[in-house]
Amino acid sequence: MYDFAYHKPSSVADAVKMLAADPDAKAISGGHTLLPALKHRLNRPTALVDLSGIAEMRGISRAGNAIRIGALTRHVEVETSAEVASAIPTLAYLAKHIGDTQVRNRGTIGGSVSNNDPAADYPAAVLGLGATLHTSKRRIAADEFFLGMFTTALEADEILVAVEFPIPEKAGYAKMRNPASRYVMTGAFVSKGPMGVRVAVNGAGPCVFRQSAMEAALSANWSPEAVAGIRQSADGLNSDIHGSAEYRAHLVTVMAKRAVAAAG
Amino acid sequence: MNVMAPFEGIGASVKRKEDFRFLSGRGQYTDDINRPGQLHAAILRSPHAHARINGIDLAAAKAMPGVAAIYTSDDLKAIGGLPCGWQIHNKDGSPMAEPKHPVLAEGKVRHVGDPVAVVIADTKQRARDAAEAIAVDYEVLPAAATMTQAQAPGAPAVHDDVPSNLCYDWHIGDKAAVDAAFARAAHRVVFETTNNRLVPNAMEPRSAIGDYDPTTGEHTLYTTSQNPHVIRLLMGAFVLQLPEAKLRVVAPDVGGGFGSKIYHYAEEAIVTWAAHKLHRPVKWTADRTEAFMSDAHGRDHISRAELALDAEGRFLALRVHTQANMGAYLSTFAPCVPTYLYATLLAGVYTTPAIYAEVKAVFTNTVPVDAYRGAGRPEATYLLERLVDVAAQQTGFDRVELRRKNFIPTDAFPYQTPVALQYDSGNYFATLDQALEASGWAGFEARRAEAKARGRLRGIGVSTYLEACGIAPSAVVGSLGARAGLYEVGTIRVHPTGSVTVLTGAHSHGQGHETTFAQLVADKLGVPIANVDVVHGDTAKVPFGMGTYGSRSLAVGGSAMDKAMDKIIAKGKKIAAHLMEASVEDIEFERGVFRVAGTDKQKALAEISLAAYVPHNYPIEELEPGLEETAFYDPKNFTYPGGCHIAEVEIEPETGKVSLVNFTAVDDVGRVINPMIVEGQVQGGVAQGVGQALLEQCVYDADGQLMSGSMMDYTMPRADDLAPVSVATHTTLCTHNPLGVKGCGEVGAIGSPPAVMNAVVDALKDYGVTHIEMPATPPKIWSIIHGKAA
Ligand SMILES: Cc1cc2nc3c(=O)[nH]c(=O)nc-3n(C[C@H](O)[C@H](O)[C@H](O)COP(=O)(O)OP(=O)(O)OC[C@H]3O[C@@H](n4cnc5c(N)ncnc54)[C@H](O)[C@@H]3O)c2cc1C
Repeated sequence: MYDFAYHKPSSVADAVKMLAADPDAKAISGGHTLLPALKHRLNRPTALVDLSGIAEMRGISRAGNAIRIGALTRHVEVETSAEVASAIPTLAYLAKHIGDTQVRNRGTIGGSVSNNDPAADYPAAVLGLGATLHTSKRRIAADEFFLGMFTTALEADEILVAVEFPIPEKAGYAKMRNPASRYVMTGAFVSKGPMGVRVAVNGAGPCVFRQSAMEAALSANWSPEAVAGIRQSADGLNSDIHGSAEYRAHLVTVMAKRAVAAAG
Repeated sequence: MNVMAPFEGIGASVKRKEDFRFLSGRGQYTDDINRPGQLHAAILRSPHAHARINGIDLAAAKAMPGVAAIYTSDDLKAIGGLPCGWQIHNKDGSPMAEPKHPVLAEGKVRHVGDPVAVVIADTKQRARDAAEAIAVDYEVLPAAATMTQAQAPGAPAVHDDVPSNLCYDWHIGDKAAVDAAFARAAHRVVFETTNNRLVPNAMEPRSAIGDYDPTTGEHTLYTTSQNPHVIRLLMGAFVLQLPEAKLRVVAPDVGGGFGSKIYHYAEEAIVTWAAHKLHRPVKWTADRTEAFMSDAHGRDHISRAELALDAEGRFLALRVHTQANMGAYLSTFAPCVPTYLYATLLAGVYTTPAIYAEVKAVFTNTVPVDAYRGAGRPEATYLLERLVDVAAQQTGFDRVELRRKNFIPTDAFPYQTPVALQYDSGNYFATLDQALEASGWAGFEARRAEAKARGRLRGIGVSTYLEACGIAPSAVVGSLGARAGLYEVGTIRVHPTGSVTVLTGAHSHGQGHETTFAQLVADKLGVPIANVDVVHGDTAKVPFGMGTYGSRSLAVGGSAMDKAMDKIIAKGKKIAAHLMEASVEDIEFERGVFRVAGTDKQKALAEISLAAYVPHNYPIEELEPGLEETAFYDPKNFTYPGGCHIAEVEIEPETGKVSLVNFTAVDDVGRVINPMIVEGQVQGGVAQGVGQALLEQCVYDADGQLMSGSMMDYTMPRADDLAPVSVATHTTLCTHNPLGVKGCGEVGAIGSPPAVMNAVVDALKDYGVTHIEMPATPPKIWSIIHGKAA
């Protein structure tokens, strides 16, 4: 790890100021992605702006037909929240299956969504439910947020403050884990509700994406059989020592089918 | 002994004495040790698989804060290369190619991770910072990343002085007899396979501290080693030219080795040498990334095996051709692994009368490969036990009956194989029958049908294996090329009031020696294990030793202790005879009590030891005071544990995921000292075997970059990858060591991979599959089921 300065602001405004003042500073939340990168000397920020003292970024609340989750909310809090369990149980299920206990006790939804790791879980829920991202300067629709591998619409001095999930009628999530890292090899998050029928695929490609052929099929007939025959093209999907693009393409169909079955 | 005391001797599952220390975080591992004034070393490693070094610019790095010194091979001209401990001879009698293994790269780097320079600074961070500031001018060369690449015409030469990258071309057995048997065989079965390359991944990364005392001239090396005396010998004699008396090697608590901590590594020599040069202690500790690219890897064979059978299914002959990857340099024991620890095992548990094997060892631009849990024997067992299943499939014989038909009969021991070894004892029918029963083999088809109804493909697989461990008779291994003896040393020190300190040359890095060895003393001398301390891992305390590997600690180290206890008893009898005014011949000893035969006169061991140290009434004319004895035990033969492993798996056809659902091990490890520890050893070995079969694969790309260089990409088995592992034993005693023990450290990793893979192939039998390469990953299985490329 290289040396860095450490700041701990207590408001979003202060944090933004610190990030704006130093283009090489970086926000840190749970640190479960950033700290390993620092330890491996893969990242050399001049300063870390620790967001964990910002009260307005915490908490889970229900507002009308949506669940709002503060960016600093840890995976374990989503997993065990009564609000989440009653409104979007699939989201609690997803949180419960991220990493291991230590990871869930530290990692945050804001860190996960901002990082946009292609193999992360939360981006599938954000896109698959059509959530709205509340940042320090604006609201961004999920469809406009995830731009590419480890890339989002967030600007350098913009902080993700909360994620607002519309409550769906039905939702389901299924994934196959990478046997080594246990991150997502391929996953599918499906939902039906105020944002229409949505199928978001994570793990398989360089960035989470919507599977429109499956969305159309499910709009006509919400059933596992409706997606079972739809093939995902392997073009542009990830290929590595753990599986070919073709294998991942195949898993997209399998996981979508399972996600629909889980949604009921 | 108090009659109410719980039995702690041979056969008791007493709790491990060392676990309080480990479970309460009070183990003392090398990295826990800090010496006053200590500096820290960081190693600059090659990012390339193969490159010429045209220059190294240290100027910027030397100016960095906290830097005490930076060394490259230019500074190490006076010291030797890392020695190899075993010399193999080619078919034509010439010695193997043994290129220099420099401590720091000389002119060329030969694998990703090859050490190029060492920075020593006041903190680890500063040492690393400075290492990054070193500018190395590399001229990247084409790499020979695989054995196939390395043997292709015009392949890049890993070592300029080694033609064709061939380390040796060796053989064993009777080729003419094999050829003749094949000519008359009713069936010929051919099987080709790759034994996947593995990364050992001990939980504790390697670490070394060099310390130098200018007032005495003594060097001390603290190191994560399985054999401190061997390191003292190799490093002292061959690399640094230090006399034993001036070099102390301490291997304190060590967090797992699995073979990877047997070898003498460059970093040990670097910190010892630098501590002398700087007159300051120097510590180096690997991080996991360094471990992946600098610990010796395991396995990595490509083999072709042919089996000849007669019409009744009797094995007539076996012919094997194997290529074994040595990596870029010869690690300490690398050459013996694919030869004397592999090809000599190819008879397995079968009466195959003629066997011929040839082995080519090949240099590649990869991390050196050496012994990893099982070392050669898992490779032989996998080849043979898969081959037998392929033969059964091809000839139509039942796979269990085919094995039974070819087993060495129970009354045929000692049994001389056609590949050098002579087995002393075993009963393969008994372990097979017991495992078939315990696994519910007969009822399997009902479970297969039930799984099918759930959409799962279920399979069952068996392996009946044998291994050779308890290494080894010194004269035998010497004639085969070993450059060291393989006896073991034990000292029994009975203190004045009857407590005991054991000094053993074996080394515990997870095996539980502090308990098992104490049980030997409890059993023979009647001393409660609480009063027995086992000391190991320090050349300043233990007279000598060859360390722990090859499941030798109990069979060789325990036997040395037993011999030393015999000497204690013999001396104790003389003292007892004197005290009780009887003749020595009339003294009997049992579990701590000396008796005059046929009388009620007796003396406890503590009374004898007190007399020995306070010799007021003592046969001082004929006997020295004190009660301490040392014995060197050189084994007469290898030991031959064996048994039967049965695995049951289920496959999810949609994803290709294989789940282990049941595992049964019935092993003959000879006499069992602590059943709980044996069970743990077997389970741990099975976990590693299942890892090899289903999960683990070290991958290099065509340029020699390590693709599986972290836990993100290298799949270690986790608890939920396993199933209940039922462990049972069936004992036949080893006939040539005093304890009757055979060894249990490696059987799990040796017997299990073919059992799992035979089960996977069985699960897929409707798909016309004859073989699947390890590891049976989901995409691989999926591609078979769906006829696609993985
Ligand atoms: C062993 C292990 C296993 C894991 N397994 C999984 C898994 O199975 N599935 C999965 O999804 N994840 C997994 N993770 C990742 C884990 O969920 C991370 O914690 C998470 O992805 C990032 O959250 P964090 O709070 O730790 O972010 P940090 O590490 O603090 O930050 C990550 C990145 O996001 C930025 N950032 C953080 N917060 C904000 C914010 N509010 N606004 C803007 N930028 C921000 C940081 O600058 C940094 O670039 C695993 C992690 C580990 C260590």
